[in-house]
Amino acid sequence: MPEPTTTLWEVFIRARNGLSHRHAGSVHAADAEMALQAARDVYTRRGEGLSIWVVPSAAIVASDPSDKDSLFEPTGSKIYRHPTFYEVPEDVGNM
Amino acid sequence: MYSQALNNAPAEPAADDPRFQARIDAEDRIEPNDAMPEAYRRTLIRQISQHAHSEIVGMLPEGNWITRAPSLRRKAALLAKVQDEGGHGLYLYAAAETLGVSREELVDQLLSGRAKYSSIFNYPTLSWADIGTIGWLVDGAAIMNQIPLCRCSYGPYARAMIRVCKEESFHQRQGYEIMLTLCRGTEEQKAMAQDALNRWWWPCLMMFGPPDTLSPHSDTSMRWKIKRFTNDSLRQKFVDATVPQGLHLGLTFPDPALRLDETTGHWAFGEIDWDEFRRVLSGDGPCNRERLAARRKAHADGAWVREAAQAWAAKQAAGREAA
Ligand SMILES: [Fe+2]
Ligand SMILES: [Fe+2]
Repeated sequence: MPEPTTTLWEVFIRARNGLSHRHAGSVHAADAEMALQAARDVYTRRGEGLSIWVVPSAAIVASDPSDKDSLFEPTGSKIYRHPTFYEVPEDVGNM
Repeated sequence: MYSQALNNAPAEPAADDPRFQARIDAEDRIEPNDAMPEAYRRTLIRQISQHAHSEIVGMLPEGNWITRAPSLRRKAALLAKVQDEGGHGLYLYAAAETLGVSREELVDQLLSGRAKYSSIFNYPTLSWADIGTIGWLVDGAAIMNQIPLCRCSYGPYARAMIRVCKEESFHQRQGYEIMLTLCRGTEEQKAMAQDALNRWWWPCLMMFGPPDTLSPHSDTSMRWKIKRFTNDSLRQKFVDATVPQGLHLGLTFPDPALRLDETTGHWAFGEIDWDEFRRVLSGDGPCNRERLAARRKAHADGAWVREAAQAWAAKQAAGREAA
């Protein structure tokens, strides 16, 4: 019989200062400290990061892919939110 | 990568659902919470977990030589390589888990002998030259297989493979460098390199799996873009890339039928012993029992560590509650 499941953690890594943390993968660990150590061993063997976040996977709330249309489609029709929607004469120069 | 907890079991399309196939055909990536046919999910769990098991068991034949590496430089490189393979196994287990299977289940499948892993790791590493040959040929073949998987239709698998492929190139180069050193060395060293090539060549060709005419899962995997090339075409690519490298070393391949076909530009090669492949895959290779025994022992020996970690975490959590 498989043993009881250890907590799954999502790992986010900041590659260098100036960049935001980015999802790298996940690890299993009994607590946060061990999750950080595991994340360091598994995801930063070649200087991939300067900072690591670990978050219990169960703490992440995700949008439902089947709500994709109602959530994101309305922005598709709002082209007036983009700068190219507006006309500026060429002799005015860059704006 | 993405929590199983996020899997909210969307309505499941049929295996031949035209909308699902249309997404695949449009090169859209399938992500963990997306609706997918049960057969697509099962195929991926099987393939990704077999791949993960192969990385983990693959640490054993090379681990055998870490303490006997001929120099500190070689030892550091081999240690780093074997550690990478452990990392590859973990990336892949995490990718499989996004499909709703637990890590413990997957490990259990390996240890109980129900899961398969690559047949190549059931061969012994008899001399130091085997370490060179494994890096050059086994990792070389793995790279051929893995590069197209970076474009696999399932997002988490493709992302894991991109990470893996970035690390593999060092593996192959360090192996080839070992071969180069041996082939430029004494007569005995060169003979060692030749002997290793003789033993590993055919098993490496088997790594690409059964011929297309007998490959049971190929068609659907290609249709779902889990796989991009057939076994035989990847095998041919590998032979074409590898033979010139071997000739450069001054070695000969253990195949009298090997010759360059001037009209196609491809290297033609002899008949592969598929009986041997089936034998090794079904558990009767030179090292199958030893490999599984080593994994079981490692797992059993680590049980107290896992228990202690869980107990410590529970105690800390209880302490925080009381405070
Ligand atoms: Fe690997
Ligand atoms: Fe490798």
